[in-house]
Amino acid sequence: MDTLEVIKKQIENNSILLYMKGTPKFPQCGFSSQTVQAIMACGEQFAYVNILEHQDIRSELPAYANWPTFPQLWINGELVGGCDIVMELSQSGELQQLVSAGAVSAATDTDE
Amino acid sequence: MDKVGEKLLQLVQVGVKLSYYELDNESHKHHGPAMDSHYKLVLVSDDFVDMSLVQRHQAIYKRVHQLMQTPIHALALHCYTAVEWQQRNQKSRATANCLGGGQS
Repeated sequence: MDTLEVIKKQIENNSILLYMKGTPKFPQCGFSSQTVQAIMACGEQFAYVNILEHQDIRSELPAYANWPTFPQLWINGELVGGCDIVMELSQSGELQQLVSAGAVSAATDTDE
Repeated sequence: MDKVGEKLLQLVQVGVKLSYYELDNESHKHHGPAMDSHYKLVLVSDDFVDMSLVQRHQAIYKRVHQLMQTPIHALALHCYTAVEWQQRNQKSRATANCLGGGQS
Protein backbone atom coordinates (compact mmCIF):
# COMPACT_ATOMS: atom_id res chain seq x y z
CA MET A 1 0.00 0.00 0.00
CA ASP A 2 1.41 3.39 -0.81
CA THR A 3 1.67 6.11 1.79
CA LEU A 4 -1.37 8.04 0.64
CA GLU A 5 -3.51 4.90 0.91
CA VAL A 6 -2.18 4.29 4.41
CA ILE A 7 -3.09 7.85 5.40
CA LYS A 8 -6.60 7.56 3.95
CA LYS A 9 -7.18 4.27 5.77
CA GLN A 10 -5.95 5.70 9.05
CA ILE A 11 -8.30 8.65 8.75
CA GLU A 12 -11.18 6.45 7.68
CA ASN A 13 -10.69 3.84 10.40
CA ASN A 14 -10.06 6.14 13.35
CA SER A 15 -12.83 8.56 14.13
CA ILE A 16 -10.54 10.55 16.45
CA LEU A 17 -7.00 10.65 15.12
CA LEU A 18 -4.08 12.86 16.06
CA TYR A 19 -0.96 13.12 13.93
CA MET A 20 1.68 14.44 16.28
CA LYS A 21 5.38 14.72 17.05
CA GLY A 22 6.11 12.16 19.73
CA THR A 23 3.50 10.29 21.76
CA PRO A 24 0.75 11.48 24.15
CA LYS A 25 3.00 10.54 27.08
CA PHE A 26 6.15 11.96 25.54
CA PRO A 27 5.29 14.72 23.07
CA GLN A 28 8.35 16.01 21.24
CA CYS A 29 7.07 19.49 20.47
CA GLY A 30 5.27 22.17 22.45
CA PHE A 31 2.47 22.39 19.91
CA SER A 32 1.86 18.64 19.94
CA SER A 33 2.03 18.68 23.73
CA GLN A 34 -0.60 21.40 24.12
CA THR A 35 -2.86 19.79 21.57
CA VAL A 36 -2.74 16.30 23.03
CA GLN A 37 -3.43 17.65 26.51
CA ALA A 38 -6.53 19.43 25.30
CA ILE A 39 -7.75 16.25 23.61
CA MET A 40 -7.02 14.06 26.62
CA ALA A 41 -8.98 16.50 28.78
CA CYS A 42 -12.06 15.54 26.76
CA GLY A 43 -11.88 12.07 28.28
CA GLU A 44 -12.36 9.90 25.19
CA GLN A 45 -10.11 7.33 23.59
CA PHE A 46 -8.30 8.47 20.48
CA ALA A 47 -5.73 7.16 18.05
CA TYR A 48 -2.43 8.86 17.31
CA VAL A 49 0.40 8.55 14.82
CA ASN A 50 3.90 9.67 15.80
CA ILE A 51 5.05 11.26 12.56
CA LEU A 52 8.65 11.39 13.78
CA GLU A 53 8.64 7.63 13.36
CA HIS A 54 6.80 7.73 10.04
CA GLN A 55 8.74 10.04 7.79
CA ASP A 56 6.72 8.99 4.73
CA ILE A 57 3.48 10.11 6.37
CA ARG A 58 5.18 13.25 7.61
CA SER A 59 6.16 14.22 4.11
CA GLU A 60 2.93 13.27 2.31
CA LEU A 61 0.16 14.22 4.72
CA PRO A 62 0.62 18.01 4.48
CA ALA A 63 -0.20 18.06 0.76
CA TYR A 64 -3.18 15.72 1.20
CA ALA A 65 -4.51 17.74 4.13
CA ASN A 66 -3.70 21.14 2.68
CA TRP A 67 -2.13 21.70 6.07
CA PRO A 68 1.64 22.20 6.28
CA THR A 69 2.44 21.50 9.92
CA PHE A 70 1.90 19.07 12.78
CA PRO A 71 0.00 18.31 14.94
CA GLN A 72 -3.16 17.64 12.94
CA LEU A 73 -6.39 16.52 14.55
CA TRP A 74 -8.85 14.57 12.39
CA ILE A 75 -12.35 13.75 13.60
CA ASN A 76 -14.84 11.71 11.59
CA GLY A 77 -12.72 11.94 8.46
CA GLU A 78 -12.32 15.69 8.56
CA LEU A 79 -9.39 17.85 9.48
CA VAL A 80 -10.26 19.86 12.57
CA GLY A 81 -6.98 21.75 12.63
CA GLY A 82 -3.64 22.17 14.34
CA CYS A 83 -2.65 23.47 17.75
CA ASP A 84 -4.14 26.96 17.42
CA ILE A 85 -7.54 25.73 16.33
CA VAL A 86 -7.66 22.92 18.88
CA MET A 87 -6.85 25.40 21.67
CA GLU A 88 -9.41 27.84 20.34
CA LEU A 89 -12.07 25.10 20.24
CA SER A 90 -11.01 23.82 23.64
CA GLN A 91 -11.58 27.22 25.23
CA SER A 92 -14.96 27.66 23.59
CA GLY A 93 -16.11 24.16 24.59
CA GLU A 94 -16.54 23.04 20.98
CA LEU A 95 -13.67 20.57 21.18
CA GLN A 96 -15.54 18.52 23.75
CA GLN A 97 -18.55 18.34 21.42
CA LEU A 98 -16.43 17.34 18.43
CA VAL A 99 -14.50 14.71 20.37
CA SER A 100 -17.69 13.31 21.87
CA ALA A 101 -19.21 13.10 18.38
CA GLY A 102 -16.10 11.25 17.22
CA ALA A 103 -16.35 8.86 20.14
CA VAL A 104 -20.00 8.14 19.35
CA SER A 105 -19.21 7.12 15.79
CA ALA A 106 -16.30 4.99 17.02
CA ALA A 107 -18.72 3.13 19.31
CA THR A 108 -21.19 2.70 16.45
CA ASP A 109 -18.47 1.24 14.22
CA THR A 110 -17.63 -1.34 16.85
CA ASP A 111 -21.25 -2.39 17.19
CA GLU A 112 -21.59 -3.14 13.53
CA MET B 1 10.51 43.69 10.27
CA ASP B 2 12.69 40.87 8.97
CA LYS B 3 12.65 39.75 5.32
CA VAL B 4 10.74 36.52 5.92
CA GLY B 5 8.06 38.32 7.90
CA GLU B 6 7.74 40.96 5.22
CA LYS B 7 7.27 38.34 2.53
CA LEU B 8 4.75 36.50 4.69
CA LEU B 9 2.52 39.54 5.06
CA GLN B 10 2.87 40.39 1.42
CA LEU B 11 1.64 36.93 0.36
CA VAL B 12 -1.28 36.99 2.79
CA GLN B 13 -2.46 40.38 1.60
CA VAL B 14 -2.66 39.30 -2.02
CA GLY B 15 -5.95 37.53 -1.36
CA VAL B 16 -7.17 38.65 2.04
CA LYS B 17 -8.30 42.14 2.88
CA LEU B 18 -7.00 42.79 6.37
CA SER B 19 -8.51 45.32 8.72
CA TYR B 20 -5.79 44.63 11.28
CA TYR B 21 -2.76 42.39 11.78
CA GLU B 22 -0.03 41.56 14.26
CA LEU B 23 3.11 39.73 13.27
CA ASP B 24 5.57 38.42 15.84
CA ASN B 25 8.81 36.67 15.13
CA GLU B 26 8.80 34.08 17.91
CA SER B 27 11.93 32.28 16.80
CA HIS B 28 13.52 33.05 20.17
CA LYS B 29 11.07 30.60 21.74
CA HIS B 30 12.65 27.84 19.73
CA HIS B 31 15.90 26.30 20.86
CA GLY B 32 18.61 25.94 18.29
CA PRO B 33 19.98 27.96 15.45
CA ALA B 34 16.86 28.68 13.38
CA MET B 35 16.48 32.49 13.39
CA ASP B 36 13.52 33.50 11.27
CA SER B 37 11.57 30.26 11.56
CA HIS B 38 8.75 30.66 14.09
CA TYR B 39 6.05 33.26 13.59
CA LYS B 40 2.78 34.26 15.09
CA LEU B 41 0.33 36.01 12.85
CA VAL B 42 -2.92 37.57 14.02
CA LEU B 43 -5.21 38.46 11.14
CA VAL B 44 -8.47 40.31 11.32
CA SER B 45 -10.55 40.31 8.18
CA ASP B 46 -14.19 40.14 7.24
CA ASP B 47 -13.17 37.79 4.44
CA PHE B 48 -13.27 35.16 7.24
CA VAL B 49 -17.02 35.53 7.80
CA ASP B 50 -18.76 32.25 6.92
CA MET B 51 -15.48 30.31 6.95
CA SER B 52 -14.73 27.66 9.58
CA LEU B 53 -11.48 27.97 11.52
CA VAL B 54 -9.84 25.25 9.48
CA GLN B 55 -10.94 26.89 6.22
CA ARG B 56 -9.47 30.21 7.33
CA HIS B 57 -6.14 28.63 8.12
CA GLN B 58 -6.12 26.62 4.92
CA ALA B 59 -6.79 29.78 2.93
CA ILE B 60 -3.75 31.43 4.55
CA TYR B 61 -1.53 28.35 4.28
CA LYS B 62 -2.37 28.10 0.58
CA ARG B 63 -1.06 31.63 0.08
CA VAL B 64 2.11 31.28 2.12
CA HIS B 65 2.85 27.72 1.00
CA GLN B 66 6.21 28.64 -0.55
CA LEU B 67 7.57 29.80 2.81
CA MET B 68 6.48 26.79 4.84
CA GLN B 69 8.99 24.14 5.98
CA THR B 70 11.79 26.36 4.75
CA PRO B 71 12.34 28.93 6.09
CA ILE B 72 9.21 28.92 8.27
CA HIS B 73 8.98 25.97 10.60
CA ALA B 74 5.95 27.03 12.59
CA LEU B 75 3.27 29.58 11.87
CA ALA B 76 0.81 30.22 14.66
CA LEU B 77 -2.27 31.63 13.01
CA HIS B 78 -5.08 33.50 14.68
CA CYS B 79 -7.78 34.46 12.21
CA TYR B 80 -10.72 36.55 13.35
CA THR B 81 -13.51 38.55 11.83
CA ALA B 82 -13.78 42.15 13.01
CA VAL B 83 -16.67 41.23 15.32
CA GLU B 84 -14.81 38.25 16.82
CA TRP B 85 -11.76 40.42 17.38
CA GLN B 86 -13.87 42.95 19.25
CA GLN B 87 -15.45 40.19 21.34
CA ARG B 88 -12.00 38.97 22.33
CA ASN B 89 -11.09 42.50 23.43
CA GLN B 90 -8.46 42.53 20.71
CA LYS B 91 -6.29 39.89 22.32
CA SER B 92 -5.02 36.61 20.95
CA ARG B 93 -3.72 33.61 22.85
CA ALA B 94 -0.01 33.15 23.54
CA THR B 95 1.88 30.61 21.47
CA ALA B 96 3.17 27.37 22.99
CA ASN B 97 6.87 27.16 23.59
CA CYS B 98 8.40 24.87 21.02
CA LEU B 99 10.30 22.09 22.77
CA GLY B 100 12.19 21.09 19.66
CA GLY B 101 15.94 21.03 19.42
CA GLY B 102 17.67 22.14 16.26
CA GLN B 103 16.03 21.56 12.92
CA SER B 104 12.85 19.57 12.84
